[in-house]
Amino acid sequence: MSHKLLSKKQLCPDVYVADIAVPLVASAAKPGQFVIVCLKGTYSERIPLTIAGSDAEKGSIRLIWQAVGKSTAELGHLKVGDEVENILGPLGKPTHIEKFGTVVCVGGGIGNAPLLPIAAAMKKAGNKVISILGARTKELLILEDEFKAFSDEIIIVTDDGSYGKKALVTEPLKEICQRPDKPNLTVAIGPAIMMKFCCATTKPFDVPTVVSLNTIMIDGTGMCGGCRVEVGGQTKFVCVDGPEFDGHKVNFDLMMKRMQAYKKQEAQALEEYKKHRCKIGL
Amino acid sequence: MNKNFYSVAKKDTKLNEQQLLDELLKKYKDGTLKPSDRYAIPPQPMPQQDSVKRRSNVNEVALGYTETQARLEALRCLQCKNAPCVAGCPVRIKIKDFIAPIVEGDFQKALDIIRENSLLPAVCGRVCPQEVQCQLPCTVGKKFKDVDKAVSIGRLERFVADWGKKQHEHTIPTVAAQTGKKVAVIGSGPGGIVVATDVRRAGHDVTVFEAFHKSGGVMVYGIPEFRLPKAIVQEEIDQLKAMGVNIICNFVVGRTKTIKQIMEEDGFDAAYIGVGAGLPMFMNIEGEHLVGVYSANEYLTRANLMRAYDFGKGADTPIAMSKKVAVIGGGNVAMDSARTAVRLGAEKVYLVYRRSEKEMPARVEEVHHAKEEGIEFHLLRNPKRILGNSEGVVTAIECLKYELGEPDASGRRRPVPIQGSEFTIDVDTVVVAIGNGANPLIGQTTPGLELNKWGNIIVDENCKTALDGVYAGGDIVLGAATVILAMGQGRTAAAAINEYLKTK
Repeated sequence: MSHKLLSKKQLCPDVYVADIAVPLVASAAKPGQFVIVCLKGTYSERIPLTIAGSDAEKGSIRLIWQAVGKSTAELGHLKVGDEVENILGPLGKPTHIEKFGTVVCVGGGIGNAPLLPIAAAMKKAGNKVISILGARTKELLILEDEFKAFSDEIIIVTDDGSYGKKALVTEPLKEICQRPDKPNLTVAIGPAIMMKFCCATTKPFDVPTVVSLNTIMIDGTGMCGGCRVEVGGQTKFVCVDGPEFDGHKVNFDLMMKRMQAYKKQEAQALEEYKKHRCKIGL
Repeated sequence: MNKNFYSVAKKDTKLNEQQLLDELLKKYKDGTLKPSDRYAIPPQPMPQQDSVKRRSNVNEVALGYTETQARLEALRCLQCKNAPCVAGCPVRIKIKDFIAPIVEGDFQKALDIIRENSLLPAVCGRVCPQEVQCQLPCTVGKKFKDVDKAVSIGRLERFVADWGKKQHEHTIPTVAAQTGKKVAVIGSGPGGIVVATDVRRAGHDVTVFEAFHKSGGVMVYGIPEFRLPKAIVQEEIDQLKAMGVNIICNFVVGRTKTIKQIMEEDGFDAAYIGVGAGLPMFMNIEGEHLVGVYSANEYLTRANLMRAYDFGKGADTPIAMSKKVAVIGGGNVAMDSARTAVRLGAEKVYLVYRRSEKEMPARVEEVHHAKEEGIEFHLLRNPKRILGNSEGVVTAIECLKYELGEPDASGRRRPVPIQGSEFTIDVDTVVVAIGNGANPLIGQTTPGLELNKWGNIIVDENCKTALDGVYAGGDIVLGAATVILAMGQGRTAAAAINEYLKTK
């Protein structure tokens, strides 16, 4: 069964958004869940991507991804009307949504995409939503308007100060934790290093912090343990026990090391792909 | 000169085989072939790929009998009246009945007889542990007090099945008139394939739901190409499709839809759960999260299903570029992992097992092949912890020596660690192959399903679960077992489903 790209747009350099026809996933998807995409059967690899939105009526899901390696680059080269051969999902446990009070949603880079449906659902559940969106530089900031639509407060930071405040996301996060009415929950999604420091920021204030982990995966259904992480000293599989965990219990250092496992091969695959594309493209 | 010598010797062997067969067939037709003549026939060895050459390819190792060999081996069967072999076969193939026509060269008849009881003879002839099943009670093996000298039932089954495929014999089982009833089969492993076939034959509408992007279960992601060519599995799947079975891949029951939704919203009248035992166990020792430590499921899935052995040559899924690999465990999955590591280019592969070779659950043939391929066995040894460098990458395993104590609940002598016997082996990859448990997803998302303390589904003698219309079988019921046992349960469940649907 193949899945047609219904729309596709580039959000910023190397970041794409596409609506894809996957009716079964669209009608079952809940915020926090993800899919495994395998572009072309046996020879393509299986990669996890978070569902950034879904429309059960249209039967489509929205994926937002950054071209960081071969498979995501290949996905980025698809055009409207092209097809993805395999999409499995929705996978993982949905985000626990309820009225907590004040929820701080912290997104870093491409992490804004998976954060968006969660933040929207938090607002819908009656929470006061404060969004902190961070990017390396102005042109890499995505989904600002979408977050504005429902955030009670929005703070933008960039590493180089080209837009919003020149700071890391942890700086406004700390300030918010210091307020007299400290937040009831933080949801942080972004690069592992960012999530690690968000957790280090909220911990002294005892603000519960949920993170969504983005480890290496193969099947996404709990049968291999490639995505395993250590949470509170115990082994957990991100694909079935997560992807969301209590950030104060996650062993981020171990997780970051595991994410480097195939660095060499990943670089090699991307290099080969670029060479090949040049030959056929020009 | 040497080369010539061998080719002459080979030709001679062939000639001798043919002569022997002709003589025996003459006696057979005259009715003068005595049991002593049968006992005198040498057990036919399995032709196989050279052990050095095969280290660098993933092609099948065992090449299969020639027609002459198959007929000679078939002549070794005494055609015992009581046929003790049949009781050793989980699906009760009429073994002596299918072996007799092989002697006469009527392979079609042999195949038809096998097919009465087994749907996947090309698979089972290859992967069944015959030495503990049909070949264990064989009278010929008993006579020689050596199960290795029993009639090679598995190799004969394989020969007949492969012969059938070579004839391009695609007889699609007859399907009864549509009944209008719908059956969902969850999981496309060997059990699911049997249920789908048997239920479809009865005229029901069958849909198979598979979570992976390819069907076949452990036959495509687990058992490697060098033991079970994927083309054989694909033919079985194609046959299901030709019978009108609908196969939906990328559908994970419990997440994409629950069993309740499938039954109530999509109008399925019955369901079979054959999702296997796909939850890898770890040892819970220090260092198990280091880079380079794999579950066997992950290692084999990357290699087999995703073809990581072709990485950089078309395939995108990477796998460790190992030099020294330790595989922990003594089952077939451990052998498959170790032999896969060899083919991925590892210079040194160690198999670390906490009992002795006698207790190994792996097939004798696979153990033999593994040794031929240079895998070094460390028996009565078990890892205590895994050591790594500052990058979090494996550098060594620290093991303890073990000795065997009293027999445990499984009847095998329990391994007991020898205090202070620590030693280390330098490795850059560790593959943990100590077993699989039940994946909790179906249990968690199906209220009313009864599970035992290990998470396996509880069923009655008809494979029926605590839920009406819902049946289960294979590894999700038995715990990690064999292809043929999963098929046997599939058979039972399918018969029960067909019976249940008559009254519904």
